[in-house]
Amino acid sequence: MTTDINASTEKYLRGKYAIVGIGETEYTRGSGTTTRALGTTAVRNALKDAGLKPSDVDGMLSYSGNDSIPSTSLAGDLGIRLNFYMDVMGGGSSTEALIGIAIGVIEAGMCNTVALFRAMNGYSQVRIGGTGGRGATAPLSGDALFSRAYGQSSAGQSFAHTFMRHMYDYGTTPEQIAHVKVIHSEHASNNPKAYYKNRVTVDDVLSSRVIVKPLHLLDCCVETDNATCIIITRMDRAKDCPHIPAKIMSVVGRCSKPRIDNHYQSGPISTVAGHYAKEILWPNAGLGPGDVDITGSYDAFTFTSMLQLEDYGFCKKGDGGDYVSSGIMRLGNKRPNNTSGGHLCEAYTHGMNMVIENVRQLRGEIDDSCPIGENGQRMHTYDYSEGGCRQVKNPEISANLGWAMPGTGSALVMAKGD
Amino acid sequence: MPLEGTHLGAPVSIPDLDKPNQEFYAHCSSGVLHLQHCSECDLVRYPTTTACPWCMSPEYNWKPMSGKGHVYSYAEIHHAIQPAFREHTPYALLLVELDEQKDQPNEYDGLRLNGNLVTNNGVLAPPDLVAQIGIGSRVRVIMNDLGEGIALPQWVLDDSVKQPENVWRYPD
Repeated sequence: MTTDINASTEKYLRGKYAIVGIGETEYTRGSGTTTRALGTTAVRNALKDAGLKPSDVDGMLSYSGNDSIPSTSLAGDLGIRLNFYMDVMGGGSSTEALIGIAIGVIEAGMCNTVALFRAMNGYSQVRIGGTGGRGATAPLSGDALFSRAYGQSSAGQSFAHTFMRHMYDYGTTPEQIAHVKVIHSEHASNNPKAYYKNRVTVDDVLSSRVIVKPLHLLDCCVETDNATCIIITRMDRAKDCPHIPAKIMSVVGRCSKPRIDNHYQSGPISTVAGHYAKEILWPNAGLGPGDVDITGSYDAFTFTSMLQLEDYGFCKKGDGGDYVSSGIMRLGNKRPNNTSGGHLCEAYTHGMNMVIENVRQLRGEIDDSCPIGENGQRMHTYDYSEGGCRQVKNPEISANLGWAMPGTGSALVMAKGD
Repeated sequence: MPLEGTHLGAPVSIPDLDKPNQEFYAHCSSGVLHLQHCSECDLVRYPTTTACPWCMSPEYNWKPMSGKGHVYSYAEIHHAIQPAFREHTPYALLLVELDEQKDQPNEYDGLRLNGNLVTNNGVLAPPDLVAQIGIGSRVRVIMNDLGEGIALPQWVLDDSVKQPENVWRYPD
């Protein structure tokens, strides 16, 4: 048995599958409706976007943390007869992982086209990390004795040791990290859908109240109510859909560090799962970080974007602080990150909105405020000043880096289809 | 019989089915930190597991530890999620690397235990004490009794040794 982690021997699926439809609800706080109704809206919007009828979809996947509705509800509501469905546990990193599963089940002949959705009232019903009551006062037993007993329950509280240790190991500064929020806020200001559209400065981030040192309030993502959906099918079927397909070049799902039960036992703890995932992602794509035009690096926190960009090889190990503060991630510069504003500003969807954004970028159909021409297409100005354009000029390759926790991540490389 | 107690107002209950955790917290009640020790490969592990992460053996015994180490990483919680912790903010979450088994079985591995910085009386440390610790601080374990025969390991600054001159703290 080889112990090589390289899982990249089978290249025959590269470029054979595509995302052909995307849909979402509004991003709000206070949806005023059920996750079932939100999910129905997102799936219907994605089907319309893909130019598909309910009978054209026969597979469904979803993920949740006991805070949503299963595929069976949505399939019933929308009149979709399923040949395959599965609803899995999980939050961040699930989008990319389930895209891989969708490819697998289609390849296995189990179904033809998969709708993947996430529906959540992440602000008005079940807030992540137990805020607002859930889990905060439950009896202590099992694993909780090693975490919640110490007041360590939310994501920020659980990830902070990795963030702090990165600062210690590499001299990363709070000012450098604050640039992630600053840049994502600039992008969000050009996104009419974004929950937070105001541009902020490094000082705004550093002077916002401390939540969990090293995290200020503005280092943490927004909580919102929303549903999102993407449709995955084979590239040969994608040609019948109205939009340019986003071709799937490579996917990695929930790749993990050793001792994933408690990854702090295995070091260095300032290294995250991308260190392992990149050995699958880039060989399978036949591409490297230097080929990528746009990134979508999961920003549950400012630090999570930085750590992933670093460990996937967009800069040298330890240089993540320099990378995110260099301006390279800003619209108009070499490799924009989270052009929608991401989780820090647009909405919290457990990763799917950042994949949707990159699909729109590759299509050249970003939904900003640029004027719509006589052909119905938006005439992008590429003026990225506040309230302006957020379409990147002719992007060919995108990468999404999904985060579950420091020890687990997923990733996706897409290319503009023909 | 489940092992039961209370911690900061929250009920603690470790059922009979969870023998390793019952044993872990009962040992803590004896005053000495014990960790699971693999009977086959001789490595110690944390937290409790149902098999050895390095050799898969289900056989283990309990090994007494020095209970001494240094702060490997830390966080200061200013916004508490759990109601009972709110009156103690900012409190310190510590990741303590024990002196034993450092860089074993692989480089950068270690026995890294979760906990809080507390006073010698076992109360969550007040802000002036929280402000003293950083990466590198020397700490030792103390046991917080949660009930009859059950205790929770916590950490105090080790006053039996000289603290390092420059511990690393988040820049203020």
